[in-house]
Amino acid sequence: MTDMTADKPAASTGPARSLLKVGERTRKRNAAEKRFRMLGLAAVVFGIVALLGLMTSILSNGLSSFNQTYIALDVYLDPAKLDKNGNRAPEDLRKITTFTVQPLILSAMQTMLEERELAAEGVNAKQAAALISKEAPAELRRYVIANPDQIGETVSFDLLASGRIDGYFKGRVTMESAALDRNISPEQLMLADQLKQAGLLELRFNWAFFTAPDASDTRPEAAGLGVAILGSAYMMLIVLVLSLPIGVAASIYLEEFAPKNRWTDLIEVNIANLAAVPSIVFGILGLALFINFVGLPQSAPVVGALVLTLMTLPTIIIATRAALKAVPPSIRDAALGVGASKMQAIFHHVLPLAAPGILTGAIIGLAQALGETAPLLLIGMVAFVREYPGAPPEGFFDPASALPVQVYNWTQRGDPAFIERASGAIIVLLVFLLIMNAVAILLRRRFERRW
Amino acid sequence: MSEAATQDAVNASVEQPVIKMRGTGVNVFYGDKQALFDVDLDVRQHSVTALIGPSGCGKSTFLRCLNRMNDTIDICKVTGEITLDSENIYAPMIDVVELRARVGMVFQKPNPFPKSIYENIVYGPRIHGQVSTRAEMDEIVEKSLIKAGLFNEVKDRLQEPGTGLSGGQQQRLCIARAIAVSPEVILMDEPCSALDPIATAKVEELIDELRVNYTIVIVTHSMQQAARVSQRTAMFHLGKLIEEGPTDKMFTKPDHKLTQDYITGRFG
Repeated sequence: MTDMTADKPAASTGPARSLLKVGERTRKRNAAEKRFRMLGLAAVVFGIVALLGLMTSILSNGLSSFNQTYIALDVYLDPAKLDKNGNRAPEDLRKITTFTVQPLILSAMQTMLEERELAAEGVNAKQAAALISKEAPAELRRYVIANPDQIGETVSFDLLASGRIDGYFKGRVTMESAALDRNISPEQLMLADQLKQAGLLELRFNWAFFTAPDASDTRPEAAGLGVAILGSAYMMLIVLVLSLPIGVAASIYLEEFAPKNRWTDLIEVNIANLAAVPSIVFGILGLALFINFVGLPQSAPVVGALVLTLMTLPTIIIATRAALKAVPPSIRDAALGVGASKMQAIFHHVLPLAAPGILTGAIIGLAQALGETAPLLLIGMVAFVREYPGAPPEGFFDPASALPVQVYNWTQRGDPAFIERASGAIIVLLVFLLIMNAVAILLRRRFERRW
Repeated sequence: MSEAATQDAVNASVEQPVIKMRGTGVNVFYGDKQALFDVDLDVRQHSVTALIGPSGCGKSTFLRCLNRMNDTIDICKVTGEITLDSENIYAPMIDVVELRARVGMVFQKPNPFPKSIYENIVYGPRIHGQVSTRAEMDEIVEKSLIKAGLFNEVKDRLQEPGTGLSGGQQQRLCIARAIAVSPEVILMDEPCSALDPIATAKVEELIDELRVNYTIVIVTHSMQQAARVSQRTAMFHLGKLIEEGPTDKMFTKPDHKLTQDYITGRFG
């Protein structure tokens, strides 16, 4: 009993060292921590500002390329000019040139201005017709060849306005700049304003930007990404088909089967190095190996895809090996313990668990490949290609362009309208990349399993 | 006369023990380091053999030699002879897959596949071609789960992931999975070390039941567990087999002082 009273705790007589008083060391440590946090925050803010700046610049320059100015025009398809023999024979029609069609547009423009009583001082018929793109005759020619029965009729067309007119309505061209411009005059712009008021000229969504092929320097309004998107799609398809199986097979072998010795160490180091090789070097390799030695055609998606496959492989191999390593060994043991062979253990249990990582790696590799420009320049994909590549598999060997190369190409052009096109192409490229990354995230979510 | 001696006499008179597995002069090397020295150990059929000893003494290594799980470690080398029904399992023409179908294993940490309970059990029999029809699979799932004492707890959720079960249930699922391939020997590497006492009791009970049909070798750190579930005990120390004998004799009057000290908790 006496023990118990002795054990009764006494109230503390007050702290020997108060927690309320902050020591010198603590103050210093807290200050350092605060400084570091601010630094980190500043870094993040800097990154976000840089990204916002980039996005604003691209979007403000490029969004306008998704709209395009069109002029509505009723063109009389004059049989006397288009079909002198009067037999509508396709072989004769194919001989129609854009020079034969041009006067039709000129007279159509003239008729329209007279009918609507539109005129601008100092603008003759020819100058008025110059509001319409140089691409228009080609479009008309294609239409006539495709619809010979329409010859002799008056047909309504929505023709592309010339790049300067398009630029005027997008704010790129002003009266002042037109006064100094050889290609356009302020009077022509005034006429364009009148056309707009009459409802004959309007800005519309530019589907052609996604479908049309590239166009020459003098007709930026007609330039589109059709060939580039198709070329990029072909390349991605081949890259995926080649690099995923090869990469996964190589990783499985290296990770699960290969003996750990000096040779596999060497291979491992070299794969890591390969991922760091400048992409232009791969371009030179592609040029020397696939074009000069193997003799594959230049500018062909198949060559681009082979080069990009070589570039993507290290990424996929590294990602796959990491994913395989991350599968807990207990799963392997479990499979081996019930008598699965090594291959069964890997294919039935390890690979499915590693799949999200592998797929993410593959998609990141593909996204990298999609944006790669330098090696494609060297294998000739920078060429001016207006013909769509054919259907696969023959189409893989046809000349094509690629999205990033198209961007590069357009930034080299003289006409300022191409700046808008290039930014527009960048937006398209970024949207594709975003979609791919979103797919990667979705796949990861879907396949991820806990154990 | 002591009880242990009586027990021995009874055992000897009832039946001649059958040696299911026998290790002779087993040496194991991890690279340059030798982990097992000249181990000779017999595993008797339809009995539980407990391997005890302090950490790093080689008992797990020996266990993993019995179904050649050590093969998965590149630097591991095994010499000597281990037989299963008098056939050397390290003979060159032996297929490890066949061996592991006959010598199953349950691991320290419950490691069900991240699949349904049903899939977990069916997997082994399916890859060995023991079942093919749906009815056969249903049957083997039910039979294995009943044997593992898990059927009543999970019969309504066979399609749910095996990883969703509690730790003890997961371990019994792993035992059910091992039983499903109808092995002759089941190796257990500290099967209860990650389980609470109640789950441990259930698994121990199960081990005792399984002894009737299977031969069991169990590595354990718990002396009580060894005493409760095993018929024979082998004591390892620093890679050497110190002594081996009937469990009750080992726990009452071991031949070696080392064993005595270890069992009574004086070291280890």
